[in-house]
Amino acid sequence: MKRVVDPYAKVRPLPDGSGLDTAGAKFEINPFDEIAIEEAVRLKEKGAVTEIILVSIAGPEAEDQLRKGLAMGADRAILIESLAEYDPPSVAKELAALVSEIGPDLVLMGKQATDDDSSQAGQMLAALLDWPQATFASKIDPQGRTLRVVRETDTGHETVELDLPAVVTTDLRLNEPRYIALPGIIKARSKPLERRAPATTPSPKTRTTRFDPPPARPPGRILGSVDELVAALRERGAV
Amino acid sequence: MSRTLIIAFEPSELEQLAGFAVCLAQPFDALLVSGEPSADSGAERVFCARLAEVPTADSVDIGLAAACAGYSHVAFVSSMRGKDHAARVAGRLDAAMVTDVIGVESTTVFRRPVVAGSAIATVEVLSLPLVITIRPAGFPAPQRSGNSSSVESMVLEVEPKSRRIEASAKGGGRPDLTQAKAIVSGGRPLKDAETFERLIGGLADQLGGAVGATRAAVDSGIAPNELQVGQTGKIVAPDLYIAAGISGSTQHMAGIKDSKVIVAINKDPDAPIFEVADFGLVADLYDVIPELRSKL
Ligand SMILES: Cc1cc2nc3c(=O)[nH]c(=O)nc-3n(C[C@H](O)[C@H](O)[C@H](O)COP(=O)(O)OP(=O)(O)OC[C@H]3O[C@@H](n4cnc5c(N)ncnc54)[C@H](O)[C@@H]3O)c2cc1C
Ligand SMILES: Nc1ncnc2c1ncn2[C@@H]1O[C@H](COP(=O)(O)O)[C@@H](O)[C@H]1O
Repeated sequence: MKRVVDPYAKVRPLPDGSGLDTAGAKFEINPFDEIAIEEAVRLKEKGAVTEIILVSIAGPEAEDQLRKGLAMGADRAILIESLAEYDPPSVAKELAALVSEIGPDLVLMGKQATDDDSSQAGQMLAALLDWPQATFASKIDPQGRTLRVVRETDTGHETVELDLPAVVTTDLRLNEPRYIALPGIIKARSKPLERRAPATTPSPKTRTTRFDPPPARPPGRILGSVDELVAALRERGAV
Repeated sequence: MSRTLIIAFEPSELEQLAGFAVCLAQPFDALLVSGEPSADSGAERVFCARLAEVPTADSVDIGLAAACAGYSHVAFVSSMRGKDHAARVAGRLDAAMVTDVIGVESTTVFRRPVVAGSAIATVEVLSLPLVITIRPAGFPAPQRSGNSSSVESMVLEVEPKSRRIEASAKGGGRPDLTQAKAIVSGGRPLKDAETFERLIGGLADQLGGAVGATRAAVDSGIAPNELQVGQTGKIVAPDLYIAAGISGSTQHMAGIKDSKVIVAINKDPDAPIFEVADFGLVADLYDVIPELRSKL
């Protein structure tokens, strides 16, 4: 699980381009990771999963999001605490170390983090572990030691079968995460949350050096009728 | 080893990737996973694997990674398939990776949108090899060089892991969203799939274009998932984009900003879509679309 800036907040580059201005914005569980947590809980409710461990590599402030995940139904959480920069290859390596230690059968991740929009960490982790992968999942059907996964594709969807252990990344249509009210989050306070140091040293292979505003589009015109629109489109050669 | 390998799953991707490879200004070769190279891509060598279908990413990553040996840069198209394979191969190679590249400053500095297009990040690559996925709209196909590539057969190792047991057929008739010259997209107010197809599909067909949709339209079952345009759907760059009944969320706008002309049809004069639209009509789409169809 990655903690990200609220996807509905307006985020702008800082005037000097050194970063993003997130002042005043809320932070949330990455929406795709919330879908991953929800799916894990549903799999447990079906009896296909016995324990859900929620993991984040982040600073101490991610405790809020981990608590929310516990309230959704995860059994315990591990906060791999670090203030260092992690690019997706570094995330994948740290998670690979944890997977080797605790030996899960399934790693559920988001298809992308809505801040860096990379869509890398899941596939990289699967490659490092030499496990099968199913990205962009919109349906997961456990059948013993095999998963049947419907994946969203550029042309529609496809169904794949993969043997556990495996990595699956979630797409928007997999489920609709349950709503957790504050009392639920407070109740989940008794669930274990372990803080630990990273097992690997992150060595990012890429670094963002500047953030610029996206190029502005020239101001448009509100037209009064369909006739005006047709004329304007003809003039621009658009039809 | 300053040399690029472009990896195309089908022939149409060759040309898109060649535009990027030319911007990198270093020699490049191409690997074509399925199909026959159609035109001269400008690559020095084209390796053809001629697989009948593109394998699942976890079944062909070892083969693709082996083919990348000796290259400093490896590029894929930024489609869902491209991202699925590229990051898997990058993991195998322990390579750096940059997703959704839209601009090249040097062989180690690239530009890409982040946070649903709210900012353009300049990314410096600290180690090679590098795996990249590119948005083709940023890289027009190069002039034909006239020198023809040497086309060579290659054996691409496939070791089945996940098994594809069923796949939906390619959408019938209409052009591909990512390559269409005109796109008509519909949002939440379209009542049902039949209305969506009649109004949005009808106008698209009249324009010879593709059909797009918002996440709200897809989630409510009005439109199929492969039509979703935006941050987490398809990124499009047509000459004409008509948005009907679309509010203009950051996530949707992230996918349409490179369109040449954007037309917005929305009942609400304060809808954010009007901030990016070249031409706006504050009106009911149920009135506008039939009238537009009769006057085009
Ligand atoms: C992680 C994440 C990823 C997302 N990814 C995407 C994505 O890739 N693509 C995407 O599109 N969204 C995405 N979204 C959703 C996005 O935030 C918006 O919810 C969505 O784009 C809204 O769709 P809409 O414009 O159809 O609906 P609404 O926002 O409900 O807008 C409908 C509009 O139609 C207008 N209207 C109503 N009736 C009529 C009428 N009769 N005639 C004319 N106008 C009318 C209304 O005034 C309104 O502006 C994502 C959200 C999240 C959190
Ligand atoms: N710091 C992190 N801690 C835990 N999981 C992460 C972290 N960063 C990314 N991930 C996971 O990797 C997925 C893809 O992220 P990305 O490759 O950055 O787009 C996310 O949806 C998360 O599931």
